[in-house]
Amino acid sequence: MTLREWLRQPTVAGVLIVAYLVVAIVAVLSLDRGNIIFPLLSTCAFPPLVLSPFVILASPLPGRLKLSLILLVIMIVMPVIGIYDGAYMELVTQICIFAGLALGLNVVVGFAGLLDLGYIAFFAVGAYLWSMFTSNVDTVFNINGWLVPGWTFYLFLLVGVVIAAGVGILLGLPVLRLRGDYLAIVTLGFGEMIRVLARNLDTPINFTNGSQGLSGVQRPPLVPGLSEGATFVTQTMNIRTDNIEPVAYQVLFYFIAIAILGLIILAARRLEDSPIGRAWTAIREDEVAAIAMGVPLVRLKLLAFASGAAFAGAIGVLYGAKQTFVSPESFSLIQSISILAMVIVGGMGGIRGVVLGAVVVTLLNLQVLKNFSLQINALKNIDYVVPIINFHISAWPSQLEPAKYERLVFGLLLVIMVIFRPAGLLPEPRRRMELLADKAEAQDEDADGKAKAEG
Amino acid sequence: MESSRKAANPLRQLVGWFTTPPVTGHWSYRFILYPLLQIIAFISVIALFLSAIAYLLAFLFPEPRPNILLLQQVNRQLPGMIISGISIGFVYAMIALGYTLVYGVLKFINFAHSEIFMVGGVIGFEVMRRIDDAGFIQTWNPVLLITTIVLAAMLSSGLLAVFIERVAYRPLRNAPRLIPLISAIGVSFFLTDFVRAAQALIRNDFNLTYPTNDLEWLRGAIPVAFGEVTVNVKPTSIIIVLGAVVTLVALNFFVNGTKLGRGIRAVSQDQATAGLMGINVNRMISLTFFVGGAFGGAAGTLFGMNVGTITPYVGFIPGVKAFTAAVLGGIGNVTGALLGGLTIGMLEAFLQGLLVYFPALGQRYTDIFVFLILILILIFRPSGLLGERVDEKV
Repeated sequence: MTLREWLRQPTVAGVLIVAYLVVAIVAVLSLDRGNIIFPLLSTCAFPPLVLSPFVILASPLPGRLKLSLILLVIMIVMPVIGIYDGAYMELVTQICIFAGLALGLNVVVGFAGLLDLGYIAFFAVGAYLWSMFTSNVDTVFNINGWLVPGWTFYLFLLVGVVIAAGVGILLGLPVLRLRGDYLAIVTLGFGEMIRVLARNLDTPINFTNGSQGLSGVQRPPLVPGLSEGATFVTQTMNIRTDNIEPVAYQVLFYFIAIAILGLIILAARRLEDSPIGRAWTAIREDEVAAIAMGVPLVRLKLLAFASGAAFAGAIGVLYGAKQTFVSPESFSLIQSISILAMVIVGGMGGIRGVVLGAVVVTLLNLQVLKNFSLQINALKNIDYVVPIINFHISAWPSQLEPAKYERLVFGLLLVIMVIFRPAGLLPEPRRRMELLADKAEAQDEDADGKAKAEG
Repeated sequence: MESSRKAANPLRQLVGWFTTPPVTGHWSYRFILYPLLQIIAFISVIALFLSAIAYLLAFLFPEPRPNILLLQQVNRQLPGMIISGISIGFVYAMIALGYTLVYGVLKFINFAHSEIFMVGGVIGFEVMRRIDDAGFIQTWNPVLLITTIVLAAMLSSGLLAVFIERVAYRPLRNAPRLIPLISAIGVSFFLTDFVRAAQALIRNDFNLTYPTNDLEWLRGAIPVAFGEVTVNVKPTSIIIVLGAVVTLVALNFFVNGTKLGRGIRAVSQDQATAGLMGINVNRMISLTFFVGGAFGGAAGTLFGMNVGTITPYVGFIPGVKAFTAAVLGGIGNVTGALLGGLTIGMLEAFLQGLLVYFPALGQRYTDIFVFLILILILIFRPSGLLGERVDEKV
């Protein structure tokens, strides 16, 4: 029995997985926040826990066990750790938000093969939709502040889906006949236009409050029992909290984000396997052949645009409520590119891969880079000197703060992935088959050529 | 049939004469007189056209705001708008050349070109600052100084473009069409922050101010009288126009008059056949990237000198405008890039000058007018003004 076979036994794998989870949880909980290298340690300790659902999915356990383990991690472990340290809760919620966006963009780019560089616009539509009605700034929809009660948030999730899909169709209609690379540039233009509109639509009628953004956006009411639950966790874990309300809100938004992400994953899976999904694949692979087979090109492209936009619209509503503040600068090109990076890193077309891509890229952006900055600043404060090379951290240029270099990371990720691993970290099965088929074909052709040359 | 009918129309004939470089004739006509004539013709046609529209507006809306007579304003601003339009138009034309040359040979939008432009501006700043720090800036001859700076920017941007092609595009040449575009987007984002990091290491600041104020002859403005109106022309505008004209004439000679230029044209027509004719296709592609990058770099440093400051994030907007210019002129067409660049530049200058008087439209939207133009061209005439209709290969 080789080591590999031994590891693939369900019992062995199960024990290993449980051990992995325990070590990951203990690692996160045991960190001492007073430690000078706490940012560095937490950067090392947290990713294994966030990635644990993927580890479980890849393990050879029976399906039901996998599902219950993942549910355990998502529904119990994460909230508890999030209550223990709010920064982790915030991070996981952001990951869910970006994973949902990446799945939406994946419908457009991965399924239908249309490169959309202005995807963030639909997210902005959702976020502004909720904020325009409920922020405490006077807008045209909201004269005295908070006219719309908080519970309508759940209704607005649906409204966001519809409106964003409508905007998607509106923007898509004139441009979908364009060739792929032109489409990319034009969608980039649309993305920028929506941002400029958000920045300038405070006069003559105040829709968006211009560049100051909309602040004091209303949140949905707390679910009864959530505060009590959070208090119970803080008491059992012996954490001091002066005010439980922010913690409870964090937990609420985490669960809403998880629910929306779950729905999006379901929807994306159903779309992928439906006749529509097959038609999208056909369009992606060869437009002309798809037309010849009777695929209604424009209608299906519009549908891809609209479904991607719909996902982003719902998440936008959530984002507006969660941040309680939206401003035009949160919806710039770099955001669209970061979501594209998630899709490319994970693997275009595959759902599991795209979620993994979102986790990896968000962790890099919001945890690794940010914590490096915190770490450098912490070491600067104590005037740390790196041994051997004798480098004074205090001489580190203040402009060279890692948190501000997300473009460098996204750019590098995009280039490296498309050159060295074009199918992504977790390639979609069909695409993997295609790549293999291409290789086999090329070999066949080689062999043919050689045979002819010899014959 | 088709061609004979076209030839019958004298206007078309004239347009055709101005937009297709001659293949016969004395060298001084082909490579010096003709391109100069072409530039002058383009500028006059665009200026006349836009001035006509401005006067039409003045006729339609005599008093857009109380106590402001649009006709008077147009009269007063026209020379200034045309001059600034020409200088910014040349910058856009030089950047657009980079997009169009690369598109010509690879059918690929080099999204990173705006960052090559930015790097040219940064290198130009570095060289000028170094010369200033060494104390030579006052003693050097102005022509020598500007030439050194521009050549340094051209060389470094050109080499950078070649390097990017080699590392990030060549491995993907046989990949699906969108993949190299994604790679180019990655390169573009990487470069902005890379330059920022480099500047943070060198001087812990990335807002780079050209030391133009240290020079007497670069600082002031030259008053030029147009009848009753006096326009203050920036010396840098004159440098841009001179530099652009010299480099554009040189490019025309290079593309249409040398063996290497013939190689580039051959590769852009048909790569496979060009390869069979003994042309080293890869070398021609590298050369194209070098030439396009060099033009981007020259534009970057001229732009930086004109504006005074440059940051790593400065490339995006001029890049989009220049790309629009390339598409407007007909992407892949070198003459089209010149025409498109001048048109976009002049249009921008006119909009900036006149939109103030229409508060309902607002100057605040000038940023996105270029996107609107781009979208409209792509929807209604994707081949641009001078491009030919090319169907996608199946």
